[in-house]
Amino acid sequence: MSTNTHAAGAHDHHHDDGHGHSTFSGYMLGFVLSVVLTAIPFWLVMSGALPSKQITALVIMAFAVVQIVVHMIYFLHMNTKSENGWSMMALIFTIVMVVIALSGSLWVMNHLNSNMMPIHEMTGMK
Amino acid sequence: MSPDLLKFIFGRLGFDSLPIHELILVGTFAVVALGGVTLLAGLTYFRLWGYLWREWFTTVDHKRIGIMYMILGIVMLLRGFADALMMRAQQAMAFGGSEGFLPAHHYDQVFTAHGVIMIFFVAMPLVTGLMNFVVPLQIGARDVSFPFLNNFSFWMTVGGAVLVMLSLFIGEFARTGWLAYPPLSNIGYSPDVGVDYYIWGLQVAGVGTTLSGINLICTIVKLRCPGMTMMRMPVFTWTSLCTNILIVASFPVLTVVLALLSLDRYVGTNFFTNDFGGSPMMYVNLIWIWGHPEVYILVLPAFGIFSEVTSTFSGKRLFGYTSMVYATVVITILSYLVWLHHFFTMGSGASVNSFFGITTMIISIPTGAKMFNWLFTMYRGRIRYELPMMWTIAFMLTFVLGGMTGVLLAVPPADFVLHNSLFLIAHFHNVIIGGVVFGAFAGINYWFPKAFGFRLDPFWGKCSFWFWVTGFYMAFMPLYVLGLMGVTRRLRVFDDPSLQIWFVIAAIGAGLVFLGILSMLMQFAVSFLKREQLKDVTGDPWDARTLEWATSSPPPDYNFAFTPVVHDNDAWWDMKKRGYQRPLTGFKPIHMPSSTGTGIILAGFATAMGFGLVWYMWWLAALSFIAMLAVGIGHTFNYHRDFDIPADDVIRTEDARTKLLAGAK
Repeated sequence: MSTNTHAAGAHDHHHDDGHGHSTFSGYMLGFVLSVVLTAIPFWLVMSGALPSKQITALVIMAFAVVQIVVHMIYFLHMNTKSENGWSMMALIFTIVMVVIALSGSLWVMNHLNSNMMPIHEMTGMK
Repeated sequence: MSPDLLKFIFGRLGFDSLPIHELILVGTFAVVALGGVTLLAGLTYFRLWGYLWREWFTTVDHKRIGIMYMILGIVMLLRGFADALMMRAQQAMAFGGSEGFLPAHHYDQVFTAHGVIMIFFVAMPLVTGLMNFVVPLQIGARDVSFPFLNNFSFWMTVGGAVLVMLSLFIGEFARTGWLAYPPLSNIGYSPDVGVDYYIWGLQVAGVGTTLSGINLICTIVKLRCPGMTMMRMPVFTWTSLCTNILIVASFPVLTVVLALLSLDRYVGTNFFTNDFGGSPMMYVNLIWIWGHPEVYILVLPAFGIFSEVTSTFSGKRLFGYTSMVYATVVITILSYLVWLHHFFTMGSGASVNSFFGITTMIISIPTGAKMFNWLFTMYRGRIRYELPMMWTIAFMLTFVLGGMTGVLLAVPPADFVLHNSLFLIAHFHNVIIGGVVFGAFAGINYWFPKAFGFRLDPFWGKCSFWFWVTGFYMAFMPLYVLGLMGVTRRLRVFDDPSLQIWFVIAAIGAGLVFLGILSMLMQFAVSFLKREQLKDVTGDPWDARTLEWATSSPPPDYNFAFTPVVHDNDAWWDMKKRGYQRPLTGFKPIHMPSSTGTGIILAGFATAMGFGLVWYMWWLAALSFIAMLAVGIGHTFNYHRDFDIPADDVIRTEDARTKLLAGAK
């Protein structure tokens, strides 16, 4: 143990761990992007521009994913180096978990739906 | 008063909600009330309120919060175990036309409460308490990253426990089983308050659990002392990190599932109903996406404890540190890939069932690797059979057995026979008691001297150990037999008289476990009385290896006068070997967080809000919510968040330790 005082964890104030810098133009760009990414899905639904509802839904989902990325980059200032790479690691872990939970649930529920749901209800459901 | 006004004030709550016609509950209430009044009177008489409020309730010290978690866990263990005894007695009696002593309505609440309490308010607080106490010490930190949040998390957990306990005397608890599957838990089939108590109890406690998960991850990632790289962290810290990652990733799923269920119940949505496109199967799917990681949340820290204990009491470096770390990380990921094995029989096809059956079998590989690591650590070690080591050996034998029945259940065709049977009950008690509970007891016996400055009495500890271990085997081995004979879980009465003997044996086993619990309480009392004899002045009573043993027992508020610098995995062992000298001069003021009552006040309002929502007292819920916001915002204007321990105080504390150490030699 050394006798020099290493600043004791809880209360030092680091400002050096590679945060993406927050600038006015950065926030504006993020804001404009997120507004555009919100407006287009609205327009798609309200005008019914695409032929089928399913395609519309898929397109909206795609926009939602892009929206998430925009938020992470422009508002949460995440990049591969922030917090010594922990942000990136956490992001990758989160994506893995979300993909497992979503795809697994879809797979499982699809099976349950075709095996377990009574036929007469199936016809009434979309 | 007009009925409308009464209804506005009390919602659904009326005199008929009080269980005055149920003798068992009235008796319990009398005992609890008497005990409570005695306790409150005692606290008042000895003028302890101020002390408790200043030094414990409002503290942000991770060590005291950890101890309070342990107390919560042990108190709730008594409640949960009382439920277990009632179930065992009921099942042993209800033969040959006898209805036993519990009416169905009550019995169903008992088994639900037992499960909920044991998982959420016994196992979780014990595990969180140990992590809270040990992790900052093991990584050489002064406290956790967010000390106030830590206090708040603890009180939210207490708030959830209070709601569940209230249901005993005001209204009733859920009668749905511990996961409250719909459609049974939906408003159509459970119109009373039971499920609402369940929902709000878990939601309030869940906030605490999630926040404490975030707090500990942050602490481990950010506050390690110089030299402690990730691959030099003690294994307990590693398993804590993985557990908290699991908490943060999985508890939101539980929160959302319960929120959807409450929408179904409160505003008439149809997420999990039978009709209007709702799917109860979706609830089962989602809740197990939380539920499976939850069991690893509980058992990973226990694995960490066993690793520390095994290497300490074998006097050897842990065998295969790197493989231990990788096994933990692999379990963390794999624990997300097995949830379907809880409902093989719900109707997924062969492909789904085989996938999840295989992933379940795969997860036993890293766990097996850990087992071999512990065995090889013991191999040619100079093993000291102190209590923590005894619990560890009991764990190794018991857990392997539970693991093997688990792999058996992982085979889907076998599961079709054993699903929902007592075999399953025996299996999960086998791994949870053999893993988590034995782990917590090993941890309590191991770290108690660190927390209080004296060791636990070995005689009563050994009584507790033998009662628990023999009691466990007597209580659960018969359930394996019964399960294989086809007896399903949660039954209240039985027709076949040939089954009775097994239930009687199981009930005797539960009685032995009861003696084990009493011996443990006795152990605490005796150790307190003999504290001078059992005193630990060195701070290192076990000749241990990790950093928490480098400081005094109990550690000073600031943990370490100087932040340690680490050069080896077994940091303290390495320091001892290199003839480390404690610094005796050059102390400086130490910057520390201040205590605050905001956490307990916020949690109090959250609990009141939960109570209001349970009973439809909307005014209470709304007012408590507004009060929470007000207190929360008010707290941001609290600028007295930190203070400095003056250098003189540090010098005085450290000099006292120097004298003690000199006296010990």
